[in-house]
Amino acid sequence: MQQASKFSSLLQLFVLALSFFIFQPFANASEEENFNVGEMIMHHIKDAHEWHITGPEHGGTSLYLPIILHDNGFKIFSSKHFYHGKEVAVKANDSTTYHYMEGVGPAKGYALYHEEIYKLDNIGTSNGQPVYVLKFHGEHPRNASPTDLSITKNVASLLFGSLLILVIMLSVASFYRKNGAVAPKGLAKFLEPIIIMVRDDIAKANIDQHKYHKYVPYLLTIFFFIWINNMLGLIPIIPGGANLTGNITITLFLAFCTLLVTVFSGNKNYWGHIFWMPGIPVPMKIFMIPIELIGILTKPFALMIRLFANITAGHIIVLALISIIFINKNIAWAGLSVPMALFISVLEILVAFLQGFLFAMLSALFIGAAVEEAHH
Amino acid sequence: MDLILPDFGLLVWTGLVFSLLLFLLAKFAWKPILNAVNTREQKITEALELAEKTKTEMQALKAENDQILKTARAERDQILKEAKEAANSMIEDAKSKAKDEAGKIVESARQNINSEKAAAMAEIKNHVANLSLEIAEKVVRQELSSDDKQKALATQLAGEIKMN
Repeated sequence: MQQASKFSSLLQLFVLALSFFIFQPFANASEEENFNVGEMIMHHIKDAHEWHITGPEHGGTSLYLPIILHDNGFKIFSSKHFYHGKEVAVKANDSTTYHYMEGVGPAKGYALYHEEIYKLDNIGTSNGQPVYVLKFHGEHPRNASPTDLSITKNVASLLFGSLLILVIMLSVASFYRKNGAVAPKGLAKFLEPIIIMVRDDIAKANIDQHKYHKYVPYLLTIFFFIWINNMLGLIPIIPGGANLTGNITITLFLAFCTLLVTVFSGNKNYWGHIFWMPGIPVPMKIFMIPIELIGILTKPFALMIRLFANITAGHIIVLALISIIFINKNIAWAGLSVPMALFISVLEILVAFLQGFLFAMLSALFIGAAVEEAHH
Repeated sequence: MDLILPDFGLLVWTGLVFSLLLFLLAKFAWKPILNAVNTREQKITEALELAEKTKTEMQALKAENDQILKTARAERDQILKEAKEAANSMIEDAKSKAKDEAGKIVESARQNINSEKAAAMAEIKNHVANLSLEIAEKVVRQELSSDDKQKALATQLAGEIKMN
């Protein structure tokens, strides 16, 4: 457990450093005419309201995903009304020019800036048409945002990935339902060892013999969810390529699930060890309470950061290696960058499995600690 | 900073989709799959146990058979031995009986021979005695045919008496 916390704090540092380096070129992206690696990478690893398929960033082929806003009732329209809307350049008080997309048609009154939707201020009318502006304070708009429940690239990927898992697992289940308890064939033959691995090596190995059954479905779901979505993220074109499991929201939610399961599974022995650690002097017992309470949170926090950092880093490395060609503006660099990107991609296949395994393994470990009976 | 800040919309969708996925998978996928796997594992365990049990039973049966065979063999040997002994004793008996019989026959034959012999001897003795008497009568008749001869004999007899 201590190792995991140490690892997580290291990772936090790493992520902070990473974001710092990436945001540096990103800040003055608009001034540069040249290919901006940081901007391109950030564009790829972050969520979007369109699913870019091919061609230039503006005017290329994209799948325009539905925008769902909750702002005095639900508003649903295509994100095309932003991407094919009106590009507005605004000079902020720090004399930097910011570009945002003002929505047209059903998106009127809203603007898209760095994939965030803002409500525009109405500052009167011109030629009978209302005039909207987005006001900046520094590099951040001051305007309020409507509740954005859009089917973004990550949501679409999430839906596709989940559907894929569902289809795969239901077909495996139907095999067993049809054939009964026989030797597996086809997809079941491939997946059964993995399912058994999760059951035996993850659940059974870490959780009490009599209690692990209850947690196997959760661990299986979390493992396959992470693994399959990791693999989908490695496919460069639609319906893959979204950085879903490298998105902090997803990893936050998954880690929160593990936290909930752990906290609600905790027995007397577990809470006893947190609030009144046995075997140490009373002043130490009191001292340990806040440490243990923080420990409850750091464990899932480490899970969140680990998955996020690993997958995001993988995407960044592959994109950065491919970018070598475009930085040097010479196709000959492909001779270096493509094999390297291929190597990292293959490594990422391993990482995809490993991160799913680790997340499920550590979840099982935390649950196992929570349901462990006192043994004296 | 939005790279490391959670997004509300995505969080809502993730919560919804993941919960639904967990529910559907748990109910329609993991349950039948794990049940089937467990049932099969149990079946295999039972089959293995049965095989082990059968093996032990077979071994016990074999041991029993061996025991029976051994007993039977011992019994056979015993019977053979006894039969041999019986035969031997019978032969011995027969032999000794035959010997006895033979002995008896020989004995009676000997007795017969002896008695025959005795009878023959007695007859011969009688015959010899008669002959002797006849001879003695003839000799005496001749000896005593004259007075000289009677005197000589009387002298000789008297001398013999003296010697005694």
